[in-house]
Amino acid sequence: MMRVFLTLVRREVGAHFVSWTGYVVVAAMLFLLGLSFIGILHALNAEPLTQPLTEIFNDSFAFWVIVLIGVPLITMRSFAQEKHSGTFETLMTTPVSDVVVVAGKYAGALLMYCLMWVPLAPLLLVLRHYVTAPGALDYGVLGTTALGMFLLGGLYVAMGCLASSLTRSQVIAAIVTFAAGVAMFLLGFLAQATPPQLGLPALILHHVNMLAHMRDFSRGLLDTRALVFYTTATFLLLYLNLKAVESRRWK
Amino acid sequence: MEIESELTQAAAHLDNFSWSWRNQAIKMGVCLTGKMNDGPMIEVRDLTKRYAGRVAVDGISFSVARGEIVGLLGPNGAGKSTTLRILSCFLPATSGSARIAGFDVFTQHEEVRRRIGYMPENNPLHKDMRVRDYLKFRARLKGLGYKASRERVDVVMQQVGLADVGRRVIGHLSKGYQQRVGLADALVHDPELVILDEPTLGLDPNQIRAVRQLIKDLAPRHTVLLSSHILPEVEMTCGRVLILDRGRVLAADTPENLQKIFEASRAVVAEIAASAEELRNCWEAMAEVTHFDIAPAGGEYQRCTFTARAGVDLRPKIYEAVRQRGWRLRELTRDRYTLEDVFVRLTRPEKDEQ
Repeated sequence: MMRVFLTLVRREVGAHFVSWTGYVVVAAMLFLLGLSFIGILHALNAEPLTQPLTEIFNDSFAFWVIVLIGVPLITMRSFAQEKHSGTFETLMTTPVSDVVVVAGKYAGALLMYCLMWVPLAPLLLVLRHYVTAPGALDYGVLGTTALGMFLLGGLYVAMGCLASSLTRSQVIAAIVTFAAGVAMFLLGFLAQATPPQLGLPALILHHVNMLAHMRDFSRGLLDTRALVFYTTATFLLLYLNLKAVESRRWK
Repeated sequence: MEIESELTQAAAHLDNFSWSWRNQAIKMGVCLTGKMNDGPMIEVRDLTKRYAGRVAVDGISFSVARGEIVGLLGPNGAGKSTTLRILSCFLPATSGSARIAGFDVFTQHEEVRRRIGYMPENNPLHKDMRVRDYLKFRARLKGLGYKASRERVDVVMQQVGLADVGRRVIGHLSKGYQQRVGLADALVHDPELVILDEPTLGLDPNQIRAVRQLIKDLAPRHTVLLSSHILPEVEMTCGRVLILDRGRVLAADTPENLQKIFEASRAVVAEIAASAEELRNCWEAMAEVTHFDIAPAGGEYQRCTFTARAGVDLRPKIYEAVRQRGWRLRELTRDRYTLEDVFVRLTRPEKDEQ
């Protein structure tokens, strides 16, 4: 079972690099990171530095664009492409259970999402070398930031996989994922604009405010409410994804 | 008395056990228990599949014994693909049951999927992968270990003739080679049952012949169920044919028997050098001929087509008549009813016959 799972993950990641999507995603990533790097350098020049560098980055336009556009590009093919080409049929007639298929595709896409962030590492190394301000690049803060980015990606990738499992068209899957992702993102602004006197709606919005979550993570703050929100939402989406795959067998 | 029967049972068990053990050793990882080997490979009972507002498969029943090659034959939309998809556990049936090697395709689908090699219609493949990598990937998905998958991939690549294109990207191969990749995939885990949906679709005649030979070679080690709308293919490869039309089984028999059904009305053709007048007189006098046609066939020859009374072979009688009159005979044959005729007769829409 584990072997089959790993085989599927390997195929999912490999597929991005035999076609163009993997390279395009990583190249676009490098471009956008370069842009945000300029922003960070500007912030460094403006003395004195009051926030951790990670916060500047994660609050930046580049970070959200990368997540909102990169994830649909990664996840759009996972089920939709196989359904379109018919290989879904060959896959589902092997003795692999639906759970393993969903888990494998999700893990492959999530791994690809993590690979997408690899170009960030050299930038951080360069910054570490030149930044002297204390607390600008703390290991703990880097860790929570990475965790935050991973959790956010986990949720978005699950959303993308679900969208992909509901259609045969990669374009539709990408558009739906993008729209849902942007909507989730905009809820953060809505939360900021909603006064707390409103009661329950304000409370709910506060809990799904991903802008605030990312700000916390990039400051080195670990909030269990955010952790619970990301993990439960991710598992809910994966469960729906599983049901979508199983639905083929419903009478 | 009782002890004796118990003893024979025990012996049978032992026999079964050792047999299955041997099989287990041969079929790496494919678990077989003695009991499962007794029944038919496929058993379908009253299988029905309804899509929204349309019946695709309408209560079909059939069974396939181990080692048989059976063809599902029918015009497009007859329910062949749907039947195969149900058997390969990809689609659920609306009602009825189907068992493969004794396992129900709906409730025990993992057991069933372990035992089948399925090649869907149009042979979908990951076109971006290399042949060898793809087959290894598929072998792993089917539960083979690292070493076993490599060995089996080598074996099937040799078997279907892919040995020299292992490094090529599947999408760059010709259709015939792609078809072989699909076949290799279906065979890679050494399944008991191989299900092939239109295995020669879109191939040229040489490729068709090669694929056909490959399929023939699968029996009796594997049971094969294939679908086709090309008659010669089924006629040549299959030991038994099920003719499907609009979701029903119209006929099920060997190709030879299906032809025999229509033997009684087979026509005889003769080309004779004589005047039409003489010929007409001659045939009218012959009691066994119920009907005949005479048409010029170029030069002095006339082409005569006869219908005989049921069960009579006209050929010796015609030869005798020709010899007595000293005519020249250049052809004397019996129109063979091909499976094609059987097929057309069975599947012709009723409105045509009225």
